[in-house]
Amino acid sequence: MAEYKLKTPLSEEDVRKLRAGDIVYLTGVIYTARDAAHRRIMEYLKAGKPLPFDLRNGAIYHCGPVVAKKDGQWIVVAGGPTTSTRMELYEYDVIEKLGVRMVIGKGGMGKKTAEACVKYGAVYVTYTGGAAVLAAQSIKRVIDVHWLDLGIPEAVWVLEVENFGPLVVAIDSTGRNLIEEVVEKSVKKKEELLRKPL
Amino acid sequence: MAVSKDLITKAVVEGIKVASIYLPPDVKEALRKAYEEETNSAAKAQLEAILKNIELAEKLKAPICQDTGLITYYVRIGAKFPALDVIEEALIEAARIATKEIPLRPNTVDPVTGRNPGDNTGRYAPVIIWDGIDPKGDYLEVTVVPKGGGSEYVTVYAMVPPGKGLEGVKEVVLDAVVKAGAMPCPPTIIGVGIAGLSDVAMHLAKKCATTRKIGSRHPDPVIADLEKKLLDMVNELGIGTMGMGGKTTALAVHIDYAYRHPATYAVAVAFFCWAARRATVTIKSTGEYTVTQ
Repeated sequence: MAEYKLKTPLSEEDVRKLRAGDIVYLTGVIYTARDAAHRRIMEYLKAGKPLPFDLRNGAIYHCGPVVAKKDGQWIVVAGGPTTSTRMELYEYDVIEKLGVRMVIGKGGMGKKTAEACVKYGAVYVTYTGGAAVLAAQSIKRVIDVHWLDLGIPEAVWVLEVENFGPLVVAIDSTGRNLIEEVVEKSVKKKEELLRKPL
Repeated sequence: MAVSKDLITKAVVEGIKVASIYLPPDVKEALRKAYEEETNSAAKAQLEAILKNIELAEKLKAPICQDTGLITYYVRIGAKFPALDVIEEALIEAARIATKEIPLRPNTVDPVTGRNPGDNTGRYAPVIIWDGIDPKGDYLEVTVVPKGGGSEYVTVYAMVPPGKGLEGVKEVVLDAVVKAGAMPCPPTIIGVGIAGLSDVAMHLAKKCATTRKIGSRHPDPVIADLEKKLLDMVNELGIGTMGMGGKTTALAVHIDYAYRHPATYAVAVAFFCWAARRATVTIKSTGEYTVTQ
């Protein structure tokens, strides 16, 4: 288990060296995107419309923050990750077509995302779910916001982060999937427990 | 100060604030214990972040989690409470004010149009559960539960063959926990409802997951024993904090039941994430009120 400090933009080499279980602290720019933003990204891609932001070699964050506006400037009050599974539907395409190198979330992702990580050189990393105030400490500034018409939780917030972490590499570019391994073990354990009467 | 709509609103806003920022002492204690007992380093690091976050939220008076939930109220009314006509309005207004003041994330979304009104209200929102009348009481008791989406997403409902009985319950619970995996932000509090009707099972599961204190036991000794056995089994599954493995997948299993129909055996499993937020506001007819956790 190694520890890395990485900066955006991320190179393919940056993420290819990461292994499941490694810890990353990220500095630079991240883009929040959850359900509705992913859906809209797919609509844009389908229509061949350019996105208002560039995710190539970038990091997206499954997060819908609590924000406040002070003196005309947005600030993130709480910004922990949301459950990533819901984005499984879209993430392969997002990694393939938009060149995202790092997906940040919580709760784990599935086989399609792992496949994209292997093929295109990306990783899925997790931040502690619910640790929203702690996360907000690493968010230094709201650089911009896109698609605010989707509502505050669903908009794409462009955030400047400093040493955002610890992020645990949960899917690496060899396709190893840490959380899936834990869940697979729990399935076996469950079968054993079900064989014993109460 | 006499009881008025404004007073109820003010008291409930305070309840939402306390619930959103501070974890109840029983939950904090259970998380601390989980941290101390954890030997898996990845899980321990997650628990450390959780404890740090709890402390920081208190210090900065910021919501513990960015998912400030769908505001849910369990309302118990004393029959002699003087302002019955304004309770509902006051509860809705409190959600609006709390959203601005704390602030909370505006979470209510119209499922048809996708519109977010921005103030945590809407059709049947905030969620008001009228939870009984105390015939002799002269108070209003509102338990505020900000219920997050991550732990709600993995809720399970099943009808088990009545012949299977409690073995069927065990199967549904273990299946639900494995299927939920890391999604509901473990370690969770798991609520199990057993009933004749689906909605009753779900109500009981949700209520005992979100409003019962950790360490409390069901008054029926058979159920109390089952709570303990199921908790041990759930933790044996080894999903652990945030799906990193380790000793603690759940902090507690709470079960409640209602008498069923001969043909039905409804089982519901509800999850409350580690950020198990709740606060109870009690308003007396004199206008005095308290917020407790």
